[in-house]
Amino acid sequence: MWVAGYLLKRIAFFFLIVLTAATVNFFLPRLSGQDPIRERMIKQVQSGSAWGKGIEEMVEVYNAKFGLDRPLWQQYLTYLGDMARFDLGHSIAFYPKTVKEILREALLWTIGLLTMTTLLSFVFGTFFGALVAWARAPLWLRSLAPPIMTMAAIPYYLLGLIMLFVFAFELRWFPGHGGYRIGTIPNLSWRFFLEALEHSILPALSILLSSLGFWAIAMRGMMVTVEGEDYMTLAEAKGIKSSRLFFDYGLRNAILPQITSLALAMGYVFSGALLVEVVFGFPGIGTVLFNSIKGVDYPVIQGIVLTIILTLATTTLILDLTLPMLDPRIRRQT
Amino acid sequence: MTMRSNGNGAAARLNNRSPLLEALGYLRRNPSLAIGLSLILGLLLFSVVGRLLVSIEDASPLSAPPYQAPSAEYPFGTDKVGRDLLAVMIVGTPLTLRVGLLAGVLGVGFASLLAFAGAYYGGILDAVIRLVVDVGLTIPSILILILIAIALRGVNPTEMSLIVAATAWLWPTRTIRSQVLSLKERAYVDVARMSGMRGREIIVRELMPNLIPFIVANLVNTTASAILATIGMEALGLGPTSHPTLGMTIYWVILHAGVLGGYWWWWVSPVVIIVLIFIALYLTSVGMDELANPRLRRSV
Repeated sequence: MWVAGYLLKRIAFFFLIVLTAATVNFFLPRLSGQDPIRERMIKQVQSGSAWGKGIEEMVEVYNAKFGLDRPLWQQYLTYLGDMARFDLGHSIAFYPKTVKEILREALLWTIGLLTMTTLLSFVFGTFFGALVAWARAPLWLRSLAPPIMTMAAIPYYLLGLIMLFVFAFELRWFPGHGGYRIGTIPNLSWRFFLEALEHSILPALSILLSSLGFWAIAMRGMMVTVEGEDYMTLAEAKGIKSSRLFFDYGLRNAILPQITSLALAMGYVFSGALLVEVVFGFPGIGTVLFNSIKGVDYPVIQGIVLTIILTLATTTLILDLTLPMLDPRIRRQT
Repeated sequence: MTMRSNGNGAAARLNNRSPLLEALGYLRRNPSLAIGLSLILGLLLFSVVGRLLVSIEDASPLSAPPYQAPSAEYPFGTDKVGRDLLAVMIVGTPLTLRVGLLAGVLGVGFASLLAFAGAYYGGILDAVIRLVVDVGLTIPSILILILIAIALRGVNPTEMSLIVAATAWLWPTRTIRSQVLSLKERAYVDVARMSGMRGREIIVRELMPNLIPFIVANLVNTTASAILATIGMEALGLGPTSHPTLGMTIYWVILHAGVLGGYWWWWVSPVVIIVLIFIALYLTSVGMDELANPRLRRSV
């Protein structure tokens, strides 16, 4: 019985998030009360590519064409319909390319980069955090804790700038810009994959190093709590091997909240990674976002906002649905 | 009788120590807080002293030759359009702190209001607050901020604080609310209720004083996230355009490929200052945590 209720609640929450995202996406840009068509026409007149005559008529014609003359709630409903079909409209800067076309490719790059770094950072950070809390861990390892935890307080892209300078400019070990070499056409070959991998190393390393501390801090706290439990003392008194005590008794019990926070952390990692991509000119969502802000390409910006939220909401939903399988305690609560 | 006068004497002696000395004594026992606060103080001092030595008008374009490496005349070098980077840092550092602090205060203030009202009275108000917070925290705030900023186009620093505050209240609302929930079950709250205190009185006189350290600790965290968001927006080209800021310098570096161009001084000074700000706030927050909740030891 609990399964159906839990499932229903999670799925309803998913749709609520998507609806909120679409609503925010529709209303926030309209907050300023600007008239996008008139603004664009005036810009055209100023740049000399159109005459000032008949501007009012043109504004009206375009407003009717884009449905901007209808009442706001009708526009909103139309917009929601478009979003339900995932019709994000056309880019202004790269007309007639659709927003979907632009985002599809970028999203692949971003998801590739983030899945890799998040998983690695989760594994290494969690393990490191557990070791730091473990009194029997070697001293050199525990002395790494302050720098790594402090690094977690620094935005990812600042580390990116430093990495770019050291490894791409000074040492020239790795390429410093883009996702592949200039002149290469993206394809599905082994060689292209290696080239992309080579270009991803620096951005991935920046995100990895600056996000390790986040997991380590959380894990250390949990591990300290678990170490104080009675069953740990008992296990130790029984003479259980230290490594078994660490993995089976400590780590295994302390790790569950980490998996829960994975869902929450995804959003944080996503926003941090946006600017890392920009620093390295990595062809993902972040770079597209940066360029569309520069080019005032509203449809693309809105498309990105919706896509990211949709991606995150889906990831959260999947995590929420798999979590009860891992942790019997959650099953009992809900 | 003698016992009591002795006790009073000891208390009086303790009270006689000036609050300043007492604070300094506490800082010695809490090095994270001490280092964090002195770093912030140092950054403010840098800006105050800097204003006396350097003309801040040099922070605008064309006040120096472009692309000058650090020298006696321009200790931090100059950028592509001839801003004196030392002047930019002197203007930008306190500006960043101010924008973040204002957003933090607004965010935590609003959050406390919602958290106390929601958690104490419960019911439908609490349910709505909880739902809004849950949904809001799933959506990365930077996306909301980007939408607001592009709609407004060209903001000043105060408006920037207001924009950032629009999402800054979500996290503190959640944490403060959960604290109030556990606090209101304590026996002394029951006693207050039974002795005839009303809801608002209990919140203001019984609950709030107990949570002030916790709220201040939250303020530090919220300010840090607000600064993170502010600099991120500026680096995306969405910050205040009328003032030179730290994030905007990063924006120009990225836009003109300053790192691969070899102009290291262009990005080193903003990066160092931003890193110092975040380390300072992180240490302050660790120290504050210890102050707010001595049982929780997580000193670095």
